[in-house]
Amino acid sequence: MSKVVKMTAQRLALGLLVLWVVSLVIFLAVSFLPGDIATEMLGQSATPETVAALRRELGLDLPLHTRYVEWLGGLLHGDFGHSLANRREISELLGTRTLNTLFLAGVAALISVPLALALGILAALYRNSFFDRAVNVATLSSISFPEFFVAYILIVIFAVRLGWFPSISSIGPGMPLLDRLHAVALPALTLTLVVVAHMMRMTRAAIINLLASPYIEMAALKGMSRGRIILHHALPNALAPIINVVVLNLAYLVVGVVVVEVVFVYPGLGQLMVDSVQKRDVPVVQACSLLFAATYILLNLSADVLSILTNPRLMHPR
Amino acid sequence: MSEELERLSRFVKSGRVSRREFMVAAVAAGVTVASASTMFAKLARAEPKAGGHFKLGIGAGSTTDSIDPQTYLDTYMQSVGHSVFSYLTEVDPDGKLVGELAEEWDVSPDAKVWTFKLRPGIEFHNGKTFTAEDAVNSINHHRGPDSKSAAKGIVDAIEDVKADGPNTIVITLKGGNADFAYLLDDYHLAMMPTKDGKADASGIGTGAYILDRIDYGVTAVVKKNPNYWKSGRGWFDTVEFLAIKDVAARTNALNTGQIHAMDRCDLKTIHLLERNKNLEIVSITGTQHYTIPMLVDQAPFDNVDVRTALKYAIDREKLVETILRGYGAPGNDHPISPANRYFAKDLEQRRYDPDKAKHHLKKAGFETLQVDLSTADAAFSGAVDTAVLYKEHAAAAGIDINVVREPNDGYWENVWMKKPWSFCYWSGRPTEDWMFSLAYSADANWNDTHWKNPRFNELLVEARAELDEKKRAQMYAEMQALCRDDGGTVMPMYANYVNALSKKVGHGKMGNNWDLDGLRAAERWWFAEA
Repeated sequence: MSKVVKMTAQRLALGLLVLWVVSLVIFLAVSFLPGDIATEMLGQSATPETVAALRRELGLDLPLHTRYVEWLGGLLHGDFGHSLANRREISELLGTRTLNTLFLAGVAALISVPLALALGILAALYRNSFFDRAVNVATLSSISFPEFFVAYILIVIFAVRLGWFPSISSIGPGMPLLDRLHAVALPALTLTLVVVAHMMRMTRAAIINLLASPYIEMAALKGMSRGRIILHHALPNALAPIINVVVLNLAYLVVGVVVVEVVFVYPGLGQLMVDSVQKRDVPVVQACSLLFAATYILLNLSADVLSILTNPRLMHPR
Repeated sequence: MSEELERLSRFVKSGRVSRREFMVAAVAAGVTVASASTMFAKLARAEPKAGGHFKLGIGAGSTTDSIDPQTYLDTYMQSVGHSVFSYLTEVDPDGKLVGELAEEWDVSPDAKVWTFKLRPGIEFHNGKTFTAEDAVNSINHHRGPDSKSAAKGIVDAIEDVKADGPNTIVITLKGGNADFAYLLDDYHLAMMPTKDGKADASGIGTGAYILDRIDYGVTAVVKKNPNYWKSGRGWFDTVEFLAIKDVAARTNALNTGQIHAMDRCDLKTIHLLERNKNLEIVSITGTQHYTIPMLVDQAPFDNVDVRTALKYAIDREKLVETILRGYGAPGNDHPISPANRYFAKDLEQRRYDPDKAKHHLKKAGFETLQVDLSTADAAFSGAVDTAVLYKEHAAAAGIDINVVREPNDGYWENVWMKKPWSFCYWSGRPTEDWMFSLAYSADANWNDTHWKNPRFNELLVEARAELDEKKRAQMYAEMQALCRDDGGTVMPMYANYVNALSKKVGHGKMGNNWDLDGLRAAERWWFAEA
C-alpha cells in the first residue's frame, strides 16, 4: 500500500510541475494573439486615449514577465485574481460554471459508463453475432459524426418533432433537480453517443483478448457458463485497460464539450473560456486552463491508482 | 400607408371598426383583399395587453460583459441597458427625436450651449428622485482623462456640464453641434443615480424594468417597474434576455417556443423560417452597412478613376439578392442610410456597368487591372462570398480581383486598415455628422480609406453647427455625393435588421435607429394573448 501512496505523492508533485508549464504556455499563447483586452472591449468606438487608460488601469502597460510573476504570486496565495473584463472575482466566476460542467459531465457519465460496459460485455459474450455487429456499427457511426451534427439530429427528433426536451438547456439558480435533468437531457445524450463507442470497444477487446488464455479454456472445460466465465474470470483481469479508457473519456466529458455547450447554450466552463479567449481576458483563460489541466492530471492519476489496486501482481510485487 | 388607412388602422386598434368595414375601406384605397386581411389581423393583434414572461434570444453577449454602461459593446447589454435605464432623449419609431428624461431643450444660435429641462418627479428603482445632479454625474461618468468609456468619443465634445437648479442642466460644447440632442440617445449615456458624488453604475435606473438577476453571457431577468412614468410602455411582467450566440440554437429555440423573439436571423435558411406560420419576420433597413474600403494613398487606389471603375464593377442588386437573400438594400458608396434624416434621396443610385468601369480604367491609363482584395467572414457573415462574386462581376470589366482569404481571428488588428483593400462593416450611426466624423473625416481614428477631401472636411465642420434644417440637408447631400464620387469606399449594401417574432408578440411600428426596435423591444412590445 505504501507504494501506492508514494507513487501518488510523486505524481502529484509532477502534476504541479505540469500545471506550471501549462500556465506559462497559455499565458504566452494568449499574449501572442493579436489585440488585447483593451482593444477587444472597446471595439469600434475605441479611441487611443481610452485604450491607453484601460491598459493603465488593468496593468497591461507592464512588461510581460512582471504580469506573469504577479499573477503567479497571487495564485500561490490561493487568489485566482479578478477578471480583467468586469473585475469580478474569478473564483466566484468559475464556481457556478464548474458546477454546471460537472453536473452535465456527471449525468452523461452515469448514462454512458454503465451502458458502455454492459454493451461491451454483451458484445464479447455474443461475439460475431448479429447483436455484436449491430452494436459496433451503431456506436462507431455515432462517434464518427461530429458532435454538433449528432446534437442537431437529436434536436430535430426530440425537440422539434416530438417536443419532449428543450433545444436550449437554460438552467438557473434554485432549479429543482428533476427540471435540471430535463434541461440537460439532450446535451447529456449527445455526449453519451459520442463517448460510448470508445469505452464499449475497449471493454469488448480487453475481454476477448483474455478469452484465449489457458485459464479461461480451463474454466470452459470445467463446464462453466460463458456468462459466468466472462463476469467472474475475464472481467477482473480486463479491468485495468477498461478503467484507463473510462477515465480518459470522463476527462473528455469535463474538458472537451465546448461544441456541445455552444449548440445547447449550456453555461459551462467551455463557453466561459471561449468568451474569455475572444476578449483576451488572460486571468480567466489561465484559471480555466489550469482547471482543465488539473482535471486531466487527477483523473489520469486515479486511473493508474485504480489499475494498481485491481491488480494483485502490482499490489504485491516480489 | 395613406392617411385614410392610417386613421382606419387607429380605429381597428381601438376596436371601433369591424373587419368587414376595414376590408371594404382598404380595398377601396387600393390594397388587395389578401393583404387587407393580413393587415386587419395584425392590427387587431396590435391591441397591447399587460403581463407575461417575455423571452428574447439575442445573438450576442459574453461572460466578460458588465452592467456599467461604459462597457456596452453589443446588442445584448445594449438591450438589457435600455430596459433598466432611461436616457435623456429617445429616437421614436418614426426616427424623430423626442424627450425621455429631458422634457424639452433649448440651444444657443451657435449650437454650442444646450439647456435641458428634466422631467420632474421621476424615481429611480431604489426610490431616489432623479435630479440634475444625477444627470451631470451620469454624463461625467464617461468624461475625464482617465475615462475608459467607449462613449468617450461622444462626450469629448463637451466643454462643461453643470446643473442649473434641480431640474435643469446646461451643457457647453467645445464646438457647435446641431445634433447634440441626438447623441444623448447613445446607449452608453444612461442616467444613473448619484452615490458619493459619482454615478452609481450598479444597475439602478429609471427604466421600465428593474434588474432582477444577471448572469453575464447567459441570461438576465428584469421585472416590471411599478412606478414607470411612460404610458403605453413596459407591458411585460418579466423579461428574460438570453444570450444565444449560435444562430442555429437561436432558431431552434424560437421554433420550439423556448423564446418568443430573436434577432439576427440566419439569412441562409430564412426561406425555411418564413414557412413557419407561427412566426413573423420583421426586416428593417437601418443604418447597418457593409463596406469595402481601399487605402487611397496607395497605388492603384490613389487614382480616382480606378476607384470609380471598381465602384462600377460591382453588381449590388445581385449581392443583395444572393448574400442578403433580399433582406437589405443596395448601397450607393456613402455611409448614410435611408434611416438617417438627411439621406440624399435624389442622389442617383450607382449601378453595375462594366462599360463605364472599362471607360474609367482607360482614363486612369490601365487596359486591365489586377488587385488584391483581402476578406474574411469576420468582417461580416458572407464577406468571403461577396468577394468571390465581386471578382466575377469585375471580370467583365477587365478587372482581375485576386481574393485573399484572411484568418478571422485578428482580422481587425492585422487586415482592416492595414491591407490596401479589405472588407468592413458598420452598424452605422443615427446622425450624419457622427458617421462621417467617425470614419470619413481626415483626422478620424477609423478613417479606413485615408481619404482626405478638403471640401468634404470643410462641409463637415460647417454642417455640424448649422441649425437651419434646409441648409444642413443640402450640405449633407453634397457630402454624400463627394463620398460616392471621390471617396475610397465601395459600399455594396445596407444589411437589414432581421428579427423573427412569435405571433403571440405584438408590436407597433419598429424603430430603425438600432436593432430590436431601437433596442427597446422589452419596453415597446407586448403579448397579444397574455
